[in-house]
Amino acid sequence: MKPPAFSYHDPRSTADVVGLLATLDNAKLLAGGQSLMPMLNIRFVLPDHVIDLNRVDGLSTIRESNGALEIGAMTRQRDIEFSDLVRRRCPLMHEAIAQVGHRQTRNRGTLGGSLCHLDPAAELVTVAAALDATLTVTGKSGARSIDFSVFPVAYMTPALEPDELLTAAAFPCWSERHGFAFVEFSRRHGDFAIVAAAALLEEDDGGKVTRASVTLGGMRPAPARARELERALVGEKIAEQRLRELCEPLRQLEAIDDIHAPASYRQQLATVLSRRALLKAHQRIGARARS
Amino acid sequence: MSEMRTIAVTVNGARREAAVPVRETLADFLRHRLSLTGTHLGCEHGVCGACTVLFDGNSARSCLMLAVQADGHEVMTVEGIAPDADTLHPLQAAFHDHHGLQCGFCTPGILTTLIELLRDNPDPTEHEIRIGLSGNLCRCTGYHNIVVAALDAAKRMRGS
Repeated sequence: MKPPAFSYHDPRSTADVVGLLATLDNAKLLAGGQSLMPMLNIRFVLPDHVIDLNRVDGLSTIRESNGALEIGAMTRQRDIEFSDLVRRRCPLMHEAIAQVGHRQTRNRGTLGGSLCHLDPAAELVTVAAALDATLTVTGKSGARSIDFSVFPVAYMTPALEPDELLTAAAFPCWSERHGFAFVEFSRRHGDFAIVAAAALLEEDDGGKVTRASVTLGGMRPAPARARELERALVGEKIAEQRLRELCEPLRQLEAIDDIHAPASYRQQLATVLSRRALLKAHQRIGARARS
Repeated sequence: MSEMRTIAVTVNGARREAAVPVRETLADFLRHRLSLTGTHLGCEHGVCGACTVLFDGNSARSCLMLAVQADGHEVMTVEGIAPDADTLHPLQAAFHDHHGLQCGFCTPGILTTLIELLRDNPDPTEHEIRIGLSGNLCRCTGYHNIVVAALDAAKRMRGS
């Protein structure tokens, strides 16, 4: 088993990548290779050209700008895992990334590769939906921004034009006091989740929820934000029994039925994991501000 | 008709130059061109971990990299772990002493993975070792003696 024959390109700048994308037919971008390389080895994909992004300058920075964490598309998952800035300002991503694959795959795998591959159960995809990330993509006609909510257009298909590449993603930071949790169920450590739940909470001094974000990954082709639950949570005081009632309607969410689990099992996980994530997020409110 | 490129890679401390088809994986380059057959290929799609090598010091699955991507970089394979031909690395010695392998197929990937793990975390818990090895499949041992060997290796390496 080995990859099919292709022409190999290793440009040094984003402009060169855009130039290649605009002129080459049937080209694939190679980021960390943790999804594309298996697909090449198994010959699920047969590109005529592989454009390797690993030698492109300037795509692997992590910085805070305008209240958001801006992360370059070629930033390795390991660099996100070990970033103090990410742990401090975006602890949800820090918690999620430890559940992405294994150390060997995080050493190579990238943020942008994961977001563009758009596996329905990928942890970073769920995090991007939970935090309302904004993506920056560059093509022939320049750079533009895309809200992550409209980035997935179909199963594993991002809203990228053929001549565009993702260069960075911005994740708005929540307040210092916010609570967070990323909880997933998978059969083995390092597997894609069967279902994952991401929760973010802010509460006032009286313990009433002022802002909530609840996202489920693995249910369907794109992560599902539980908007009705988010609205219902505002003004509530978090308590387990009340959460049980509030999370119950998630059983009605549409879910994938596949070899890993039937839809009804995913719907059960959606109610249970959302409750657990919200409880954990609630318990963490203010924990970092105190420490 | 395969497109070729000449690459220069530092493998186990020695500079190696070769012309390779651009579609050749790093694993095939190590095994077929450099005859470093210690790097084993199990699944060839990034699941089993047997082909793990250290790429610029960090563990990576060599079946999921192209040889051309290693141009100008450093690779360490299982052959590069021992200090010389007659001396086992403490990690290898611990595996030998604790019967940390049976058929040995997964061992190269496990050793390279543990080199990185013990470098970054010289005093790991059993749980941390099990999580660290979760990307390496062993079908013989049930992992018990692998974990015992890894814990003992950590102790030996802290002492040395």
